[in-house]
Amino acid sequence: MRPRPLSPHLSIYRWQIGNSLSILHRLTGIALAWGLIALCYWLASLAGGERSYAAAAKLFHSPVGVLFLIGWTFAFWYHFLNGVRHLFWDLGYGFERTQRHASGWFAVVGSIAVTFGVWCWIWAGHPS
Amino acid sequence: MSLRSPLGRVLGLGSAKDGTAHWWAQRVSAVALIPLTLWFVLSLLMLPALDYATVRTWLSYPMSGFLAVLLVGVLGYHSLLGTAEVIEDYVHGAGMKLLCSLLLKFLYVLVCGAGIFAVLRVALGPEGS
Repeated sequence: MRPRPLSPHLSIYRWQIGNSLSILHRLTGIALAWGLIALCYWLASLAGGERSYAAAAKLFHSPVGVLFLIGWTFAFWYHFLNGVRHLFWDLGYGFERTQRHASGWFAVVGSIAVTFGVWCWIWAGHPS
Repeated sequence: MSLRSPLGRVLGLGSAKDGTAHWWAQRVSAVALIPLTLWFVLSLLMLPALDYATVRTWLSYPMSGFLAVLLVGVLGYHSLLGTAEVIEDYVHGAGMKLLCSLLLKFLYVLVCGAGIFAVLRVALGPEGS
């Protein structure tokens, strides 16, 4: 059988907002897959009792742990907002050049803003 | 006995109609995850504290446990659809691709199974088990 045709690879594209955000969508998706493991570990530690929960909490409270949590917060909100953008496209809306750019920037700026907001909320002591 | 070749038999019949199954599954699970993830994130942020007793009490409410089980299940499904696509795109060689895809599926069932079991233990099991 002849080799199947492949879609153009990453290296062939000129970097611009459209393909950058698409690549970022996949990268944040991969990051969130690791986050899912962390989520299940956290749930298991909760089921395991007070000591295992304390061990997990210590891990998540460490500087590296907090850095990962901030990263996952951004990855989640970006993947969420850009995912909604994709769903609008699937419905047939927002394909114009100006709309695509506006919604793309909305996903980027929005996810950074919400991540900032969430961590201000956490560092302000809710939940302590 | 038909004398038609295998190719002749399928020509003109159209596709098997499941070419868009992956695409659809990804979108439907994405839509389901909008309320589920928002519920989870907002619930955690609204808790007075994230210590053992508070989180455990919260997760033992029937509605919290139920939604958390749905969350881990749908999240795992959506995530598997996405990462399987990444493997299809970037892992080369048929054997290696198959091996990675299988390992990925086992990993997801293992991790999400553990997550769901953990929620059930908190929701249904005795305190501090």
